[in-house]
Amino acid sequence: MKKILHTILFISLAISFSQCKKEINGRTDELSPLNPASTDLQAGTWKTVLLTRPDTFSVAIPAATNSANYLAELNEIKGYQSNLTAEQNDQIKYWAAGGVLRWNELMRELVAKYNLPPYQNADGTYPIPSSANPFAYPLFPFANPPYAARAYAYIAAAQYDALVACWHYKKLYNRPAPFMVDATIKTQVSQSALPSYPSEAAVLAGVTSEMMKLFFPTEIANIQMKAEAHERSALMSGAATRSDIVAGEALGRQIANVFIAKAKVDNAGKAVGTSTDWSALENNTRAKGEIPWISLESPKRPPMLPLYGKVTPFLFDTATVTALRPGPPPSTSSDQMKKETEEVYNYVKNPTKENNRIVLFWADGVGTCTPPGHWNAIAAEDFIKKNYSEVRWARNMALLNMALMDAAIVCWNTKYYYFNPRPAQLDPRIKTLTGTPNFPAYISGHSTFSGAAAAVLGYMIPERASAYSAMAEEASKSRLVGGIHYRADCEVGLKVGASVGAYAVNRGKGDGCQ
Amino acid sequence: MYVHAYVLQFYTSTQLCKMRKNIPAKKAIIIACLISIFGSAKSQTDQDAIMMTKNNFCTGLMNVGNSWNSYWEGTFKRTNDNIGTISTKGWSVMGNYGVKDNLNLLFGLPYLKTNASKGVLHSQQGIQDLSLWLKWMPLEKDLGKGIFAIYTLGGVSIPATNYISDYLPLSIGMKSKTLSGRLLLDYQQGDFFVTASETYTLRSNISIERNSYFTTNFILSDKVQMPNANVAGLRAGYRTSKWIIEGLLYDMKTLGGFDITKNNMPFPSNKMNSTFAGINLKYEIEKISGLSLTGGVSKVLKGRNVGQSVSYNAGVFYILDFSPKKKKTIKKEETTTQKN
Repeated sequence: MKKILHTILFISLAISFSQCKKEINGRTDELSPLNPASTDLQAGTWKTVLLTRPDTFSVAIPAATNSANYLAELNEIKGYQSNLTAEQNDQIKYWAAGGVLRWNELMRELVAKYNLPPYQNADGTYPIPSSANPFAYPLFPFANPPYAARAYAYIAAAQYDALVACWHYKKLYNRPAPFMVDATIKTQVSQSALPSYPSEAAVLAGVTSEMMKLFFPTEIANIQMKAEAHERSALMSGAATRSDIVAGEALGRQIANVFIAKAKVDNAGKAVGTSTDWSALENNTRAKGEIPWISLESPKRPPMLPLYGKVTPFLFDTATVTALRPGPPPSTSSDQMKKETEEVYNYVKNPTKENNRIVLFWADGVGTCTPPGHWNAIAAEDFIKKNYSEVRWARNMALLNMALMDAAIVCWNTKYYYFNPRPAQLDPRIKTLTGTPNFPAYISGHSTFSGAAAAVLGYMIPERASAYSAMAEEASKSRLVGGIHYRADCEVGLKVGASVGAYAVNRGKGDGCQ
Repeated sequence: MYVHAYVLQFYTSTQLCKMRKNIPAKKAIIIACLISIFGSAKSQTDQDAIMMTKNNFCTGLMNVGNSWNSYWEGTFKRTNDNIGTISTKGWSVMGNYGVKDNLNLLFGLPYLKTNASKGVLHSQQGIQDLSLWLKWMPLEKDLGKGIFAIYTLGGVSIPATNYISDYLPLSIGMKSKTLSGRLLLDYQQGDFFVTASETYTLRSNISIERNSYFTTNFILSDKVQMPNANVAGLRAGYRTSKWIIEGLLYDMKTLGGFDITKNNMPFPSNKMNSTFAGINLKYEIEKISGLSLTGGVSKVLKGRNVGQSVSYNAGVFYILDFSPKKKKTIKKEETTTQKN
């Protein structure tokens, strides 16, 4: 008896303890330094997004590597290196994995942190976050999927243009990295023949922190600390001197302002609409003989960014948005709609474990980095394995995120053009396996985002194309089996997304990056 | 959002029936009935080698539930018309086997179903966590006019099914494996008693269905670090061989965890603290030796990132005696009945 008890107790304890390992390591916590397969020295000629020329903003001729000023800069690096703390080494290692990667991860973190719908007022209305008063509740921004898609796209595109300009000057001035000039400087990063003036780390730090002023104003102080950490890591690692850093940051900030100027007039500021706009949507839909979308939240929340469909896209013009908008969903009074609603009900009546799993895996709802962020994570984790240069990383992230933003524009344009209800509105028996988004159903945002992302990533990494398609299909299906969308929303959404993605692919084919 | 997982564990360890006299043969028919009602209880004990020993085995079925419509989002108390009232209802199979007079092995296995009275979120249901406890009484001695006893308990709980935890407040549990240690001190004078306990629970990391999440920072993993937990409890009341009527006051805390931010969803590794008070009753039916009825209600008085739930339980328990007739010692069992 005793033996049996002891055995049971021992086994139980062993099982528990073996599962009790507490520290969680993120998938990208321990990466090797980025070691590009190519320096992409010609990237200064790649086609930019908004800059008309790579040298629109001038960068001064750097001091020669045998000048007194330069030698003094080398001494600063040696000073750091003679006394590196464990924490500084960790920072060097963190940023050495890739600046575009780390800033993309930080963006996803901010989106997740700010992706929270405002809490209602006492009278049942909802406050609207204000960029003019960002620290007051509700904090600005509410980083919902369209907001996030636009933020990711602007920042990625600005980083790309800034690095193209950076590469232009690197090639032009051809000043070698400090560790190439002075053999006593140890490098903590991969050694590459890429000229270090201006520093790509500082360009990224400058352009990104400047863009954040627009997109995450309450985080400027935190972002500035990250930017300084990024630059200091480049310096301490022996990859860049002080003048490489100073020139890079200034260039990055100037280029950011080109993108900020566009963002201020791209109509996103008007996307919330007014109560007149909201009721017009409802009345117009009724006038067409269709059941209009109604918020399923309580108190009823105004629809999310109803005028986002009018935001100026990156990859095509506004007329193309209309052209890409698909035909109507099945009429709310049609047999087809009845059939599709019944299909949704049958999926959620007794959900399977596997369906539940994919719903939660792809949910990307409140408090997450959104579906565009999820696709950024998928992309980033594959890009890590490709050993891209920073400028190629930026180019690929820019193409992906411009496609995701433009997919959001076409999707939102479609949603508010048809304004059709969610399955749970038409059939109250339908209970959903994740939160129901507060905007019309047709077409599915997840499907549109995923169709676009799979097209772009499949072009960049052809050997993974079928894997990306399968992921997109699963993401799309997750909304049907989760009770959020009808089949038509998902199928048409995937197609529209793929069409948007094709614009990014075409751009990529002609941008000079081979 | 969530207290019932803990509450069930308390009942497993503290509220089960006591060792008692042998079951009269004429009551066999009642045993048969009870066992057929407790279909799953029977199969549980059938699989347990310990059941084949010579001592008493108390088993029973408890109806459990709780509901709340206001909750604390961090320290902000609110209601939410998108979920209305969250209720959890279910049954728990429990058992307590007397290895020795001062060493018991206990188990509990609940089936739970959750529901939101408003909004469109789907309910969840399933068998939650199997808990096992070893309860040892190393000391029992006369002290003043009463009897003082020390109990030490060690427990484990393991998710019994592959349920979903990252769907709060509607998931049926946290899906963490736990390892607990408890010290329990009891003093009884006449028909009145007081019991104080302190429990420390280690909780294992869990896996969730998504592969990134935000707590106070963004984590690229499907693994979630769960805070450990600490529970202090006090019970006092009237206790005889026939009746137990007790009041209880418990304070539970996660050691770490983070607050739900405003209007955000709850997450398994949130800080979840609550103080709750309640009443338990237990009645031994005299006419049917070994049969007892239990019931209790409790309410969360104060909390953080949990619902202000009202919980109830009602159970029926029966004692089976597996010791050979020649070894029975009635006298000893009477003493034990007075204690716990």
